[in-house]
Amino acid sequence: MINKLFDFIGGVQIPYYKEMSTQDSIGSVALPSQLILPLSQHIGAAAEPIVTVGQAVLKGEEIAKATGYVSAPLHAPTSGTITDIGDYPLPHPSGMRAPCIILTPDGENQWMPLQPHSHDYQTLDPSTLRNIVRGAGIVGLGGAGFPTFIKHNPGPNGHVETLILNGAECEPYITCDDALMRERPEQILAGLKIIKHALNAKRCIIAIEDNKPKAIECLRSALMIYPIENTEVIAIPTIYPAGSEKQLIYTVTGKQVPKDGLPINIGVVCQNAGTCAAVHLAIEKGQPLVSRVVTVSGDVGKPRNVDVPIGMPIDELIQQCGGITGSLRRLIIGGPMMGFAMHQLEIPIVKTSNCVLVDAGNAEHLKPRDEVMPCIRCGSCAEVCPVSLLPQQLYWYSKDLDLEKAQSHYLFDCIECGCCDYVCPSQIPLVQYYRHAKAEIWKRERETQKSDAARERHEFRLFRIEREKEEKAARHKQKKAALKTNAVAANATDSEPSKKHNDPKQAAILAAMERVKAKKLESQIAPKNTDNLTPAQRKTIEEIDKNRKERNNKDTPET
Amino acid sequence: MISAIIVLGLLAGIFGLILGFAAIQFKVEGDPLVEKIDALLPQTQCGQCGYPGCKPYAKAIANDEADINQCPPGGEVTIIALADLLDREPKPLNPENGTESEVTVVTIDEQICIGCTLCIQACPVDAIVGAAKQMHTVITDECTGCNLCIPPCPVECIDIIPIKTSLATWQWDKPDETRTDDTKTAEPAL
Repeated sequence: MINKLFDFIGGVQIPYYKEMSTQDSIGSVALPSQLILPLSQHIGAAAEPIVTVGQAVLKGEEIAKATGYVSAPLHAPTSGTITDIGDYPLPHPSGMRAPCIILTPDGENQWMPLQPHSHDYQTLDPSTLRNIVRGAGIVGLGGAGFPTFIKHNPGPNGHVETLILNGAECEPYITCDDALMRERPEQILAGLKIIKHALNAKRCIIAIEDNKPKAIECLRSALMIYPIENTEVIAIPTIYPAGSEKQLIYTVTGKQVPKDGLPINIGVVCQNAGTCAAVHLAIEKGQPLVSRVVTVSGDVGKPRNVDVPIGMPIDELIQQCGGITGSLRRLIIGGPMMGFAMHQLEIPIVKTSNCVLVDAGNAEHLKPRDEVMPCIRCGSCAEVCPVSLLPQQLYWYSKDLDLEKAQSHYLFDCIECGCCDYVCPSQIPLVQYYRHAKAEIWKRERETQKSDAARERHEFRLFRIEREKEEKAARHKQKKAALKTNAVAANATDSEPSKKHNDPKQAAILAAMERVKAKKLESQIAPKNTDNLTPAQRKTIEEIDKNRKERNNKDTPET
Repeated sequence: MISAIIVLGLLAGIFGLILGFAAIQFKVEGDPLVEKIDALLPQTQCGQCGYPGCKPYAKAIANDEADINQCPPGGEVTIIALADLLDREPKPLNPENGTESEVTVVTIDEQICIGCTLCIQACPVDAIVGAAKQMHTVITDECTGCNLCIPPCPVECIDIIPIKTSLATWQWDKPDETRTDDTKTAEPAL
C-alpha cells in the first residue's frame, strides 16, 4: 500500500538507551498508601471535584467532572476513601502546587459496575463513541495530553483519509509504547479498529521506528489474527524526532501540515499506541482511564516498564523499581530531550507521564551541561532543525527579547524538540531561550488584553458618571418644575392665608417652631435645687448662665 | 500660452473639488495619534504621570506637553514602544513620577470594611463592588493595581497583594549562561 517513505529535513541520530528498560515485561506495582490526583492533567480546563472528603469510592468511579469542551473527567484509580482535596506539588517544571484529590486505597481494588460495549460498538454512531471516550477521561498518552475525543471529531466537512498509529517513540530511554506494542498488540489493534470506525478513516498506518523490530513483528503477527481493513505496519527510519506528529505525517504521507493548521486539515489523524489501548478498554470493557504504562529508567535498581495507577507518588514508584542507585541529582519527567527536571520526589504520575528518568550522576550520558560558550555561528543548529527554522537567529532575538523579530522568524513553529540544543558545540541552552521568549510573548499578550479591558471599563465609567450627572440634573429640573406647577395650582385654588396649615410640610415646620419656642420658655423657668449653694457654686452657675445667654444670642441674633 | 493656463486652471479646479469631497467623505474622527499612544499605555489609570488617566496623558504626549518617560506602570517596555512610535530617543523613567515595580492588585479586608463607598468612587475601572453600609469587595481580575482606592479608605482595610502566578501564567526563566550546574533548573538533560 505504501511504497515510498519521505525523509523530513533535519533531525539527529542520538543514542537511545532503550534496552535498559526492555529486559523485563510490563510489571505491576503494589498500591501506594495514597494516590495524588491532580485536577488538571491535560491541556484545557481543569476538572471540578464531585466528591467530598470522607466519601468512599469504587475503582473507576468519576471523582471530578470535565468543565468546558477542552477538558477531561477524572476517575478513581482504585477503591478507597477520599481523604483530602487541596493543593499538592505537581509534576510541572514550575514545581508549583495545584488542587488535587487525595485517595487512600482500601486495598480491595474493587471496580464499579462497568458498561462494556464488547462487540456492538459497530452499531453505535461516532458521536456516541466520542462521548464514551470523553466520559472515560482519555487524553493523549504520548505526552501532550490533548483530550482524545476532540481528535475523533473530524468536523462537519472533515474527511479522514489516513489514520496513523504513532509507535515511533523516538526519545531516548522511553519504551512504554514499545512494551505495550510487544505485549498487548491485540489491545492496540482493537482500539485502532474502533477509532478507524469512529472516524470512518479510509486507511490505517501503524508507524514504528526500525529500532524496535520486536514491536513491528508483534503487531504484524497480531494483525494476521485480528485483521483490520486497509491497515499496514511500516518501519520508519530511526531518527529523532521521527515521532513528532507533523514529522511523522510527512514521513508517512509526504504531506505537510499547514502552519497554524491541524493534521485533520490534510485528512490525517495521529494516535499514540497507549491511547489506542485506552480507547479499547473504554469501549469494549467499559473501563475509564485509571492507569498507564510508565517507563522507569536511568539510575534505578531495576529499570523497567510498569503499569501504574494514575496518582501514584513517584517516590514510591521508584522504591518499587529498586530505588535510586546513588544520590539523586534530578528527576526527569518525560524523555531527556523534551522532558523537564524536578527536584522533589513527592509528585504523582499523571495521565501524560510516559517516563520517569532518574539521574543520580552514574549515567555518563546524562551529564550536566558544560560551560556555555559564545555562539561561533557554525550553523549546525539550522542543519538539524526539523521545522527548517533558523535557530541561531531565533537565539539572538530571544536573548535580546526582540519578540517581534523572533515571531517574524516563526518562533511559534518551533516544536522544542531540542535538536539544535543537542548539536550546539557551544552548549547554548537554545530551547530554554525559545521557551522563555514564547512565555514572554504570551505574557505581553495577556497584559494587552488586560489593558484593553481596563480601557473599556474606564471609558464606560466616565460615560456612566456623565450619564448620572445628566440624569440628576434632569431629575432636579423635573422636581423644580413640579413644585412650581403645584404652587401655582395651590395659589389658584386656595387664596386664604391659612392655606399654610393645609400643607403638611408647612404644618410640620410650624410644629417644629412651636416646639423650639416651648423649649426656650422652659429654659427660662427658674432652676431647681439651688437653695443651699455655697457662694462659689453660685458664682460658677451665674457664669455658666451668662455664657449660655451670650451663645444663644450669638446663634440667633434676630431674637 | 492662454490655453495652457486654462487647462492647468481647470485641472486645479477639478483636483480641488476631488480633494474637498474626499476631505468631507473620508474624514477621520478623533486624533489617530492619541489613539495609537493610548494603545501603548498600560491603562492602569493611576495618574502617576500627573494626568487624570491614560488617555489625557496620551493627549498630552501627542500635543508635546508631556514627555514619554512619565509612566511607571508601563516602565521601560512602554517607553521604548512610545519612542519607537514617535521616533524619539528612549530615555529612563522620570523618577519624579515613581519607580517601575511589579504589578499588584488590592484586596479589601471584609471584616474591617464599613461600607463607606469612598473606594468605589476612587476606582477608575469600577473594579470594586458594594453599596453604602454594605461590605465591599474587589474584582481582582479587573483591578489594574493603581492603588487609588487606598488613600480615601478611612479604616485602612485595603491591602496591596502580589498577583499570584498560576499554572496558566507561569513562565520559564531566561537561561543563565554562567551556570554550569544544572541540578537546580527544569531544563531537559541531553
